[in-house]
Amino acid sequence: MAPSATESAGKREPWNTPQEQPYVRIEGVTKRFNDFVAVNDVSLDIYRGELFCLLGGSGCGKTTLLRMLAGFEEPSAGKIYIDGLDMNGIPPYERPVNMMFQSYALFPHMTVEQNVAFGLKMEHRSASEISDRVAAMLKLVKLGEFIKRKPHQLSGGQRQRVALARALIKQPKLLLLDEPLGALDKKLREHTQFELVNIQEQLGVTFVVVTHDQEEAMTLSTRIGVMDHGRIVQVGTPKDIYEFPNNKLVAEFIGSVNLFSGRLIEDEPDHVRISCDELDTPIFVDHGISSAPQAQLWVAVRPEKIQLSVDAPQGTQNWTRGVVQDVAYMGDTSVFLIRLASGRIVRVTRPNTLRHDDAQLTWDQTVYLQWHASSPVVVGS
Amino acid sequence: MSGASPTLTALSRWIHALLLRCGLRGRTAVIGVPYLWLVLFFLAPFVIVLKISFSETQIAMPPYQPLVQWVGERLADIRLHINPGNYFYLWEDSLYLRAFLNSLKVATISTFFALLIAYPLAYAIARAKPAARTILLMMVVLPFWTSLLLRVYAWIGILKNNGLINNLLIWLGVIDQPIVMLQTNFAVYLGIVYSYLPFMIMPLYANLEKMDLTLLEAAADLGCRPFRAFVHITVPLSRPGIRAGCMLVFIPAVGEYVIPALLGPPDSLMIGKVLWTEFFNNRDWPVASAVAIALLLILVAPIVYLQRAQARDATGAS
Repeated sequence: MAPSATESAGKREPWNTPQEQPYVRIEGVTKRFNDFVAVNDVSLDIYRGELFCLLGGSGCGKTTLLRMLAGFEEPSAGKIYIDGLDMNGIPPYERPVNMMFQSYALFPHMTVEQNVAFGLKMEHRSASEISDRVAAMLKLVKLGEFIKRKPHQLSGGQRQRVALARALIKQPKLLLLDEPLGALDKKLREHTQFELVNIQEQLGVTFVVVTHDQEEAMTLSTRIGVMDHGRIVQVGTPKDIYEFPNNKLVAEFIGSVNLFSGRLIEDEPDHVRISCDELDTPIFVDHGISSAPQAQLWVAVRPEKIQLSVDAPQGTQNWTRGVVQDVAYMGDTSVFLIRLASGRIVRVTRPNTLRHDDAQLTWDQTVYLQWHASSPVVVGS
Repeated sequence: MSGASPTLTALSRWIHALLLRCGLRGRTAVIGVPYLWLVLFFLAPFVIVLKISFSETQIAMPPYQPLVQWVGERLADIRLHINPGNYFYLWEDSLYLRAFLNSLKVATISTFFALLIAYPLAYAIARAKPAARTILLMMVVLPFWTSLLLRVYAWIGILKNNGLINNLLIWLGVIDQPIVMLQTNFAVYLGIVYSYLPFMIMPLYANLEKMDLTLLEAAADLGCRPFRAFVHITVPLSRPGIRAGCMLVFIPAVGEYVIPALLGPPDSLMIGKVLWTEFFNNRDWPVASAVAIALLLILVAPIVYLQRAQARDATGAS
């Protein structure tokens, strides 16, 4: 089940609408720490109501970028605009932005109520307004009964919700979330993902989420920006990123993938044919690419898009032969590792639709791998 | 135990079981060491002082009557000399009460100023670069390498009428008569604050250094300016450090003797000085002991408060 935000935003695509003004505009932003370039010339537009994920491994610069949006770091070069306003030199306490910290950073000496009320207290709101809004917010995150507890008396999941409530209480235009679900266990994380999306929809706040968890990014976001070594490598909807990675790195980072190095032997506007030394037949892709002929390139095929069969397939392309080297039963799927004649190991996943299906394929059995012409993606290196 | 003979193993098991039956385990022994220390070097002297405080003065060696005296041959022929009069005397002669109150006042004011000076210092050290921290802490501790007495004497050289400060000011032409600083209350406060400052800095530093700085970022993010964040976040979170530092300064400052004796006015009324006079000048050990016990009782209140607060902090911390 996909969260509804992805669905509804899928209909509304501000990033494809030229007249739409971006809500957050990051223009050629670079951040250097002494000699180390944490963020390298990043440009990015984020639109109102989006749930944008910055995805990347540790040290890719995603948190630094988030901290620049919050105002904790100043860009070494480039500009950041939020709602049309240049954020250069504006301290964190004057930005229309709130952040949910990875460690939650709850004030340990304050109760849940005082923590959530803190932002409003800083705005010098009246006591009655503060208590009303805090009560409403705690109801939204389902923490009404813990109002008098201190952070150390709460579970991890409860603390996470206090942090979220505290960050949302000032009704920020933009909410920044640094690994919001990182400290939760798997079950709670899945549950909270959907809750987070629901709250985001209810309040209409623009979310920018930093995460290293590609699954989290896929479920949460309207769009994902994949980062590596301080650069944005690809920006797109979860589906774009998964189905059409433009880069070997993105293909490898999002889900698992089989990458084949090949040579272009036929380059037509509506299809290409790639010869690949590791495979028995050439790869036929049913869409054109922009690349010089004979160029060395990479073809990515997702494990779930490869079919296994015992009989040799018809046709002269998009199949190869191998031997089952390993089978891993994962419950919902089984993962097959197939060794090709070239010694190359190919990963194939199969849904376990039938209870006793696997008996057919077993260790050391010769199998044929085939895929549809729409499945391979040609990626740059 | 592999090489030992079976009888030896059995014997050691038997001894072990015997010790267990008496309530002695390895754990008890470990805890026992500090208890033994406290009993020998705190409780025993305390009991002796307590005993002396209830006895009567006499010109003898030692200069007080024993509490229990055997007068006859038999064990029951004892005479008790319990004399609570020393404590009444403390109450009757206003000198002692004034000395106590004055000591408390001096200790309170000194603690306040020590905190005022130590907090920014500790804060600066805790926020300095890690490499610089070691050096800065070293500079805080460095004065301890010379004796307290020497350092207080050095202050005499600085403060006296033809001392460093006055000479400098006269040479500069700021003043033409020396300012009297030595043997004033100001000098006492200065001396106490100076001497006990490291005891304030250390616990404050230890506390501020381990503070989670993302809390300040979170506060800023919620619209809190740095100064308000300091008031609302840093200060409340450093309360255990403030408390510990204040106790470490306040408690010894109440009984301080050397500094008021060397830097203060001759008539300065500090309980430490009174204690000294009773003990060495008047040779009235029982009254001196009573003063010491009373001082201890006065200090028990803040110590108990500190311990309770620390227990509260410990449960509230994680």
